[in-house]
Amino acid sequence: MFIPNTEAERNEMLQKVGLSKIEDLFSDVPKEFRYPDLNLPEAVSEMEALQNLKDLAIANDSTEDLICFLGAGAYNHYIPAAVDAIISRGEFLTSYTPYQPEVSQGTLQAIFEYQSLVASLTGMDVSNASHYDGATSAAEACVLAYHHFRGKRTKFVLSRYLHPHYRETIKTYFQGYEDIHIMGDQVEDGMQTREDLLKLVDYDTAIVYVQYPDFLGRVQDFKAFAEQVHAFGAILAVSVNPLALGLIKPPSEFDADIVTGEGQPLGIPLSYGGPYLGIFTTKNEFIRKLSGRLVGETVDNEGKRGYVLTLTAREQHIRRSRATSNICTNQGIIALTSAVYMSLLGKQGLKKVAKLNYDKAHYAADQISKLKGFELVNLGSFFNEFVVRTPIPVNELNLLLLDYDILGGYDLSTDYPELKNHMLLAVTEMNTKDDIGYLVETLQEVTND
Amino acid sequence: MSNPSNFKFAKTDEWVSVEGNVATIGVSDYAQSQLSDIVYLEFLVEPGDEVAKGDSFVTLESVKAAADVAAPVSGKVVELNEALTDDFEAVNADPFGRAWMVKVEMSDPSELESLMSADAYTAYCEERDH
Amino acid sequence: MTEPTIFEISSPGRAGVKFPTSDVPEMDVPNEFLRAELPMPEVSEIDVIRHFTRLSQLNYSIDTGFYPLGSCTMKYNPRINEVTARLAGFAKVHPLQPVETVQGSLALMHDLQNWLGEISGFPGVTLQPAAGAQGEYVGVLIIRAYHKDRKDNKRTKMLIPDSAHGTNPATSSMSGFDVVGVATDKNGNVDLESLRAVCDDTVAGLMLTNPNTLGLFEQDVVEVINIVHEAGGLVYGDGANLNALLGVLRPGDLGIDIMHFNLHKTFSTPHGGGGPGSGPVGVAEHLVDYLPCPTVGILEEGSEDYPPLYGFIEPAKSIGRMKAFYGHFGMLVRAYTYISMYGKDGLKKIAEGSVLNANYLMMLLKDTYKLAYDRLCMHEFVLEGHWPDAPGIHALDIAKRLMDYNFHPPTNYFPLIVPEALMIEPTETESKQSLDLFAEAMIKIAEEAKTQPELLKSAPHNTPIGRLDEVKAAKDLVLCCWIPERNT
Repeated sequence: MFIPNTEAERNEMLQKVGLSKIEDLFSDVPKEFRYPDLNLPEAVSEMEALQNLKDLAIANDSTEDLICFLGAGAYNHYIPAAVDAIISRGEFLTSYTPYQPEVSQGTLQAIFEYQSLVASLTGMDVSNASHYDGATSAAEACVLAYHHFRGKRTKFVLSRYLHPHYRETIKTYFQGYEDIHIMGDQVEDGMQTREDLLKLVDYDTAIVYVQYPDFLGRVQDFKAFAEQVHAFGAILAVSVNPLALGLIKPPSEFDADIVTGEGQPLGIPLSYGGPYLGIFTTKNEFIRKLSGRLVGETVDNEGKRGYVLTLTAREQHIRRSRATSNICTNQGIIALTSAVYMSLLGKQGLKKVAKLNYDKAHYAADQISKLKGFELVNLGSFFNEFVVRTPIPVNELNLLLLDYDILGGYDLSTDYPELKNHMLLAVTEMNTKDDIGYLVETLQEVTND
Repeated sequence: MSNPSNFKFAKTDEWVSVEGNVATIGVSDYAQSQLSDIVYLEFLVEPGDEVAKGDSFVTLESVKAAADVAAPVSGKVVELNEALTDDFEAVNADPFGRAWMVKVEMSDPSELESLMSADAYTAYCEERDH
Repeated sequence: MTEPTIFEISSPGRAGVKFPTSDVPEMDVPNEFLRAELPMPEVSEIDVIRHFTRLSQLNYSIDTGFYPLGSCTMKYNPRINEVTARLAGFAKVHPLQPVETVQGSLALMHDLQNWLGEISGFPGVTLQPAAGAQGEYVGVLIIRAYHKDRKDNKRTKMLIPDSAHGTNPATSSMSGFDVVGVATDKNGNVDLESLRAVCDDTVAGLMLTNPNTLGLFEQDVVEVINIVHEAGGLVYGDGANLNALLGVLRPGDLGIDIMHFNLHKTFSTPHGGGGPGSGPVGVAEHLVDYLPCPTVGILEEGSEDYPPLYGFIEPAKSIGRMKAFYGHFGMLVRAYTYISMYGKDGLKKIAEGSVLNANYLMMLLKDTYKLAYDRLCMHEFVLEGHWPDAPGIHALDIAKRLMDYNFHPPTNYFPLIVPEALMIEPTETESKQSLDLFAEAMIKIAEEAKTQPELLKSAPHNTPIGRLDEVKAAKDLVLCCWIPERNT
């Protein structure tokens, strides 16, 4: 199967090693523990394995079976066929981290282009080669801020409308730092405003984290907010949906210092939550504090342009216990996926797809707002997600919708107790006008008692 | 490059040159050659900061390595050679001159006694090369 | 031939994808939010396909040749994994769907938790960590939480052998521990005296890689674990080198408390040019309550007539969430596929094949290159890349010259305790023929080092590009393509 040597070859090799049987290779392994009996299924052939996996896959209802209106950090988008054609190439898929630049120019140039595309899309000076996902990018941004102020500023102010998983991840990352205070996302009455958040910012604040569009789908202007944060010398970090930036102003325009985000909307399959793509970009002044890989342009011994991993002295394999992050992978093939997607769509396609999302979401919001018992919660401008007050609890409503093959929106009461009966709906280019009409009819039908 | 005879040296490859109560500190020629081409230099202290012997006050990075430069004596930082942040090549080109890093007003000049003379340091470097 | 960047081949007006005409009314975006400039490339589909295909051809990969990278386990990545991970039922499933609609995914994750636990001897497994380094972080945070929970607050020291990967000390200091080194003895094992000397009631744990990065099995491993346990510390097993032990030894049986797996090393998920990884973590019984949340469990037991209902469970004293959602699910599908094809009796053939290949190759090379530790190795071994009669030749030169023979170089300059280290891991998926050819090249290069050293110094000669100026890259930082629109 995947082990080529025959028994005859193995015996010849054993002889060369000077042993008589395979088990002798493991003479250092304590005998009483050697060769345990494993309680695992018997081996299967490729044909059987594929069937078993198909059986499991069929037990799921996919977005091919259901009409999807669910978002909340992961979105159902169209992925052009050329994306998979490129990332399936063995030369990309089965290569190692490009530590040997002479035989890794493909990966290196692709990452360099990824960095350039992401920097252009976010409007920031520099992008790293990616982190694990939107949540760990946010945690790494806090690590950066902590070290930027050499541990002297100990407050992290997080918007309540930063993705709940991101806030939890930041807390997990910092549980070893007993001097750090994470605030801003405590349960309050009513909606938290930008002013509420600013009240928490002071000269002890290292970083202020907001999301754009935020977890409720809102697009807000953070220009004045940024000035206030900067007046205290704190770092302003913004988590984005990169696809929205094809249409709306990038956070660089309101002077964000760090822009992170979940890159999944850029051509990456939903894949039940991963692997996704942690976008991480900053202003130039933070380059030395960036964690994760960076690819830089240089020349070879004949002056030919080429690319290498650079600023590696920041990384764990050199700094060891003095490194500020232990990361030693990037999302490799997933970063490439998004680079191919961004290239294919390009300037026009990114605008177009973002506008389709915008138009369809606004159309759907308008239609739902006309339904009896439903109310569009007017929270200002939005991109492709919006909040609707529902006549019955969201989890109950979603089970009813499933009977009609509709994957309903996110139940906001999961994270916001005050938002009982509030559903966060996402509409993308994948939803036709008919789909939206069907959703609207069905919502009415299942709540019409 | 020979080690200046009027300088004192630490085991961790920093040099000290004393004038009155003020110690000027940098890294030795041996240290820069071990690190190879410096590509980045960052000060970890500001004028007015107190440093204790052994505290890191500068970080140096080459392509292959990162090194913290430690204070060989305790005292108050009175001056940084800020020009080095851009002119970090000086660490390779002129470690004992242009690449001085900080001046420290010593709080305990007796700490100088634990440092090596230029001759002792030269021998110490040769020993490590074999 | 230098491949231009995607920005350089941009031509105004081109597009690579056509989207449907909108079937809903156009809505205006408020001016205050509307983006003015979008400096992205404009290229057609064939421009993109050719550009990235040409880039791919500048890469070395497992699919094109042998990758003897020590500590990285660059084994063949079965193509069936790519097929199963792309099944619509897996690839097109949203992570926040009601659990009733994703029983297939959850059953797969539940099985995989159990399988990894069974393979390694740990009753609790989380699939959440995004990579080995994050798995380590989980492990170290669990160690911290365990001691804190017991009000044992003085345990601030993490012991780390000097042969360890850089992630071990980096992870420990990220989690607030003081890193204390432990020496290696003359046989390449943890030095027991050095270990005893630092073991007291301030020890939180030991991070142990076994086989270690020298490719050697810790001969006193049981004693090492006992010493740490007697001092009240926990033992973390770095699972980077598990390939050597699959089906032969369960690390949990030795008394190790926590261990991470690297699915991209041991369980054949592709490295993808640097990621994504996947780093599940297994823990012993006394640590199950600390696992990150959520893990996958059974919400309602099944019967003969209907299957159980799988769902998410929050461990009682969980350290929290490590990332959004549940882990690198696509990687889990690949690892599941791979394990199912080896089955209960097949996994040991992986360990046997990898250890046999390593020892065979070591035998072919040990007369030409100095062996750092001359004893039976496990899945990898470390050579020294220097000779007294080839002054000026370093491990790096040998590594670069290997590229001219169409081999990827071994890991070099690691582990740090071996001078001019060349660390070689052939994995079980290489044939005897490819090992013989590699050994032949290595022996030829050793000869060249003495007779034509300049051939090595100026290598590589046959690659798409020559040795690159890393100093220039770091000094004149250029991290983005020059984009005309951004610079005008």
